[in-house]
Amino acid sequence: MSSIGTGYDLSVTTFSPDGRVFQIEYAAKAVDNSGTVVGIKCKDGIVLGVEKLIASKMMLPGSNLRIHSVHRHSGMAVAGLAADGRQIVARTRSEATNYDSVYGEPIPVKELAERVASYVHLCTLYWWLRPFGCGVILGGYDRDGPQLYMVEPSGVSYRYFGAAIGKGRQAAKTEIEKLKLGDMTCRQGVIEVAKIIYGVHDEAKDKDFELEMSWVCDESNRQHQKVPDDLLEEAKAAAKAALEEMDAD
Amino acid sequence: MDQKMDFNAPHSMGTTIIGVTYNGGVVLGADSRTSTGVYVANRASDKITKLTDNVYVCRSGSAADSQVVSDYVTYFLHQHTIQLGQPATVKVAANLVRLLSYNNKNFLETGLIVGGWDKYEGGQIYGVPLGGTIVQQPFAIGGSGSSYLYGFFDQAWKEGMTKEEAEDLVKKAVSLAIARDGASGGVVRTVIINSEGVTRNFYPGDQLPLWHEELEPHNSLLDILGAPEPMNI
Repeated sequence: MSSIGTGYDLSVTTFSPDGRVFQIEYAAKAVDNSGTVVGIKCKDGIVLGVEKLIASKMMLPGSNLRIHSVHRHSGMAVAGLAADGRQIVARTRSEATNYDSVYGEPIPVKELAERVASYVHLCTLYWWLRPFGCGVILGGYDRDGPQLYMVEPSGVSYRYFGAAIGKGRQAAKTEIEKLKLGDMTCRQGVIEVAKIIYGVHDEAKDKDFELEMSWVCDESNRQHQKVPDDLLEEAKAAAKAALEEMDAD
Repeated sequence: MDQKMDFNAPHSMGTTIIGVTYNGGVVLGADSRTSTGVYVANRASDKITKLTDNVYVCRSGSAADSQVVSDYVTYFLHQHTIQLGQPATVKVAANLVRLLSYNNKNFLETGLIVGGWDKYEGGQIYGVPLGGTIVQQPFAIGGSGSSYLYGFFDQAWKEGMTKEEAEDLVKKAVSLAIARDGASGGVVRTVIINSEGVTRNFYPGDQLPLWHEELEPHNSLLDILGAPEPMNI
C-alpha cells in the first residue's frame, strides 16, 4: 500500500503518473497515526467515542477535547492534527448557524456533511494550501432520523452505520461489524463503544489514554451532549471488565 | 369624468387575501382586482403565486414589490431544492420571504401569506405582514379587504375542517370582503394544497353568493309587468 512518490509528492497540485495525489495520501497517514475515533448509529441515535492519548501526565483530565458540538443536533469527533481539527469545527459551526439564519431550520445532517467535505476538499486544490491532516466523524439527529458521516482528508464523505479512524481502526471496524446496531439503543451503544476503544488500545506502544464519549439520541432529547458521567463510568467499568475477561482466557 | 386619471400611478393590489389550514392541507384564496388609483388595471389578476410545487404565496400591497419578492424567493428555493435533494419545507419558504421583507422594509410595501404542505409538518400557513415579521397561524387574512373579515373569522373559523368546508369558508369570506371593499373585486381564485398535490379553482361572479342589498328585490313592478330587459331595443 505505501510507496514512495519521489518527485510527484512535493505539491498537492501534482498528480503522479499512476493518477494519485501523494500529498493527500500523506495527509491520510497523519490521521492513521492518531488515537482511534469510533462512531456508531444505533436505532435511536448516534454515539461517538475517542481514544484520547495523553501526551503528558501533567495534563488536566477533560482538557483538549476531541469531540465538539457543531449545532444543537450534531457533533463531530476529530482524529489527526488537533489544530487542523479546530479549523474544521469552526467552519462547520459557522455553516450550521448560517444555514439556520437563512432557512429558518436546523441544517440537515446530510447537507452539513456535504459542506464539511466541500471545505476539506477545497484545501486540496491550491498549491498555497496544504490538505487538512485530520479526519472527522460527524453525527447528527435531524428530522430524517440519526445519521453518521465520515469525512476524510481527501474531501470524500460517506454515510455509515459504523465508522472508525485512527490507529486501531481495523480492529475497531471488525468489532463494530459484530454488533447488531439496528437493535441497539444508544444507552447500550455507549457501553459497546467503550469496550471497543479499550479493546483496541495498545498498552505496549501507547501511554495512558482518556476515553471521551458523546451522544445525540432520543434520551438526550435529540441534543448533542457529552455522555452523562454516571453512564460514562458504567461504560468504563464494563470495558475494563471485558478486557480482564479477555486476558484471563 | 372630471378627475384626471393617472394611469402611471403605482399599481397596487387593494386586495383580499386569505390562507386557511384544514385537516390535511391548506386552502389559499384571493380576489382579482389590481388598481392604479381608481382605475382597475387588471380585473382578473392572479394573486396566488407558485414558489415551489408544494408552496404558494398570496400577494397584497404593491404589485411590483410583491412580484419581485416572489421571484427572488422562487429562485432561491429552486436552488435550495436541488441542493437538498427533496422539496423545500413551507417553513423555509416563509423564512426566505420574511428575510427579504424585513431586510428591505424601508423599500418594500407588501403583505404576504405563505401557505403549503410538506411531509414533516403537513399543511401550514405563515403570515408575513408589512414589517417583515413571520407568524405561523391556523389561518391568516390580509389586504385592505381583510378589515371586514376579522369578526367573520372569529365566528366562522373552526379547527379540523374538511377540504370542502375550508374552501367554502374561503370563498364566502373573499366574496364578503369584495362586497364591502372598493379595492377588492373581480373573481375569486382558490388554491388547495395537500399531500396529493395542488388544485386551482376559479369562481366568477355568478358562482358567488349574493349578500344583503345585492339580492334580488321582491315584488318589483318589472316582475309583475314582465317587462323586457332594459337596453334591448
